Amino acid sequence: MQSLEALTRDARALANGEIVLSAPEAEVARQMQICNACRYCEGFCAVFPAMTRRLEFGKADIHFLANLCHNCGACLHACQYAPPHEFAVNVPQAMAQVRGQTYADYAWPPALGALYQRQGLTLSLALAAGLALFLVLAVALKGTLWSAPGGDFYGIFPHNLLVGLFAPVFLFVVFALGMGVHRFWRSITPATSGAPLSAPAAAEATDAVLRLKYLDGGHGDGCHNEDDAYTLARRRLHHLTFYGFLLCFAATSVATLYHYLLGWAAPYDLPSLPKLLGAAGGVMLALGTAGLWRLNLRRHPLHGDAAQKPMDRGFIALLFLTATSGLALWLVRGTPALALLLCLHLGAVMALFATMPYGKFGHGIFRTAALLRHAVEKRQPNPIGLGAD
Amino acid sequence: MTPDVLVIGGGNAALCAALMAREAGASVLLLESAPRAWRGGNSGHTRNLRCMHDAPQDVLVEAYPEEEYWQDLLKVTGGLTNEHLARLVIRASSNCRDWMRSHGVHFQPPLSGALHVARTNAFFMGGGKALVNAYYRSAEKLGVQIRYEAPVDRIEIDNGRFIAAHCTVNGQPERITARACVLAAGGFESNREWLREAWGQNERGEWPADNFLIRGTAYNRGVLLKHLLDDHGADRIGDPTQAHMVAIDARAPLYDGGICTRIDCVSLGVVVNREGERFYDEGEDFWPKRYAIWGRLVAQQPGQIGYSIIDSKAIGRFMPPVFPGVKADSLPELAQKLGLPVDTFMRTLDTYNAACRVGQFDHTALDDCHTEGVTPAKTHWARPIDTGPFYGYALKPGVTFTYLGLHTDDTAAVRFHNQPSSNLFVAGEMMAGNVLGKGYTAGVGMSIGTAFGRIAGTNAAQAALASQQPPALTDKSPEAIKNGANHAIA
Repeated sequence: MQSLEALTRDARALANGEIVLSAPEAEVARQMQICNACRYCEGFCAVFPAMTRRLEFGKADIHFLANLCHNCGACLHACQYAPPHEFAVNVPQAMAQVRGQTYADYAWPPALGALYQRQGLTLSLALAAGLALFLVLAVALKGTLWSAPGGDFYGIFPHNLLVGLFAPVFLFVVFALGMGVHRFWRSITPATSGAPLSAPAAAEATDAVLRLKYLDGGHGDGCHNEDDAYTLARRRLHHLTFYGFLLCFAATSVATLYHYLLGWAAPYDLPSLPKLLGAAGGVMLALGTAGLWRLNLRRHPLHGDAAQKPMDRGFIALLFLTATSGLALWLVRGTPALALLLCLHLGAVMALFATMPYGKFGHGIFRTAALLRHAVEKRQPNPIGLGAD
Repeated sequence: MTPDVLVIGGGNAALCAALMAREAGASVLLLESAPRAWRGGNSGHTRNLRCMHDAPQDVLVEAYPEEEYWQDLLKVTGGLTNEHLARLVIRASSNCRDWMRSHGVHFQPPLSGALHVARTNAFFMGGGKALVNAYYRSAEKLGVQIRYEAPVDRIEIDNGRFIAAHCTVNGQPERITARACVLAAGGFESNREWLREAWGQNERGEWPADNFLIRGTAYNRGVLLKHLLDDHGADRIGDPTQAHMVAIDARAPLYDGGICTRIDCVSLGVVVNREGERFYDEGEDFWPKRYAIWGRLVAQQPGQIGYSIIDSKAIGRFMPPVFPGVKADSLPELAQKLGLPVDTFMRTLDTYNAACRVGQFDHTALDDCHTEGVTPAKTHWARPIDTGPFYGYALKPGVTFTYLGLHTDDTAAVRFHNQPSSNLFVAGEMMAGNVLGKGYTAGVGMSIGTAFGRIAGTNAAQAALASQQPPALTDKSPEAIKNGANHAIA
């Protein structure tokens, strides 16, 4: 609850055309003022070097820094001003709260940004709807959920029907995510030197994304999970998840090419490329998400924003369900359970895709944008000549 | 179970001692008086180690030879040091970092705004708290027993030989025996009463120490230091008013304000006292070489308060302060907002401004901008304060740590009547005064703590493992007395 005084102040500021910071943004600004006078954490990640280029922290600066932060926890455990100190500095938490707000603020269409506030409900409804869709379709098409032995996927759902269902959703997801990140980019660009993206900056940011450089702690020993010890587990499990997801996506893409260009119809068996990619990707994704789930449960209570746990865990669970149901399809092929499991898998995939622009998936996209802007900004002369003094 | 080595304290020196003793094969118990969240004493506020090196070494550029280090120490202490012990610290600083790394400490190149010490100081990645965390993790892994909230209030010493420590755990008194002991429990900077008594009353009738802020831990109350000096007559070193003391933002918290409360714009403007008068050359030397004298300078002013005044030409040229400055569009308005006598303040500023002889301003060199015909002079970086808006920061003395301590030698032994104890050692702030009689230079506190912590730990382990018999069970054990006497003679 904001006090009447704060509300009056905000209203007056709004009337004067000033930009009003939200409570989480004002908290980041407060903490950055303390950090900027200390700077002990400069070696950990990109956030602190970016901070030292500023003396004041406006809304766009805060949105940029919040998405640059990987919530690795290093600065919290190293902080002489962390709670119980009266300065109560907890940068990962303050940044996470703003990050959650930026996902909602920049979502497209803006009205759907509200889905971030109720992630548990959003994801369960999406999953229920996805399941219902395919179960009803299966019953409508075949009259039963128990498939005939030896049946294949397209015997249950014709290829064109699946394309007709998934293609529009996929295209919408790409468009909505693109619009969201475009709005974010436009808002932080003036605050990050305004310079255009250069090839070296893009290469550096891509490297930071693909290697998850900022989960290495700055020294290579890793980041934090449950305590002040460094661990590489978070980085490695993210890699398993991310590259597993990419392999699954590659499997689908190759299969699409096989279908349309070569006229080879599914199913593809070992050692075909789609099968190899899908099997490897599925296993990696299942292991990665299982590990991330375990880490999430054990995460230090001061890390990040507790209110976002449902979003994190919902997304992890949905990815896990997608991966394991996909792998299970392989095992039950030729058994009567195929149809039911196929409905489960397709329902999970549909829910995963449909919620991508309004869930945890966005963290990778927004962070990549922030890393790109950071790589651009750091190549510009420092506006504060402090280093020379 | 009786540990071989008892370490009293939980900061850098204590941890170095505990790790070395454990590595030497001793069983070790470490007692930290603070709760876990506040463990590590002042070490949690540190950021680097002053290191001797003859050639570039990973994060250290160029060379910082032993002689130069020694001359720097000689200069800041004004000769109040012990050359033998100082050189021992200096040499130890050249080869301790691999050992530190092996216990999980990471180093990094200097921070932005601290490039002036790139040659002399190795920075801890994440600062001192990251170092303290790493040492505790390593100590736990090696099997050092650690107890928090276990303040020791007295120890039993028999004829110069440590017998047992008395601490309070969960409100219950406990007696802990050990074969050897390392005292590394810090100075007395957070003991307000002791500071008050040490600084006494000045000619204005003020008790200056009442206006001091403590930059570090609230747990360095000097209980053991006082106990050793007063009750056991341990040999002492240093003056109780000498301390690492800098001028910090007057709005800083009473304890644990740490690095961020420093005000680094002194050399870019002028500093006036409560009466609106200047009192010292703000541009005497580079700020990193002078920051450590301003705490004392402010402590000598009426009300123990000073005001750093700058104009907008200085903005962006110094580390951003943690609290925003008092801002005004004119100098009289600034004086008013700061609660300074406007007329005197304006006379001081007008005289200063008129005295400025501005040449080529260069904050990275001892430039030629100076004053003429004003006392005190400002010998460098003197530019008129004439471009609004103007900013003012109130300054108070901020004590980092006190220098009064226990006299020791190169074995780190506590000494009684000029005889070294055979099994009681000291490290860190409790003995830093042996090397630092006054003054300070960045990173030297950690050099002393690391060097003497390691020596104390090694020697304590050796003393414990060499002693064939278990420690005496009672204070009056004839064995203990005999032992103590033998060692005292040896």
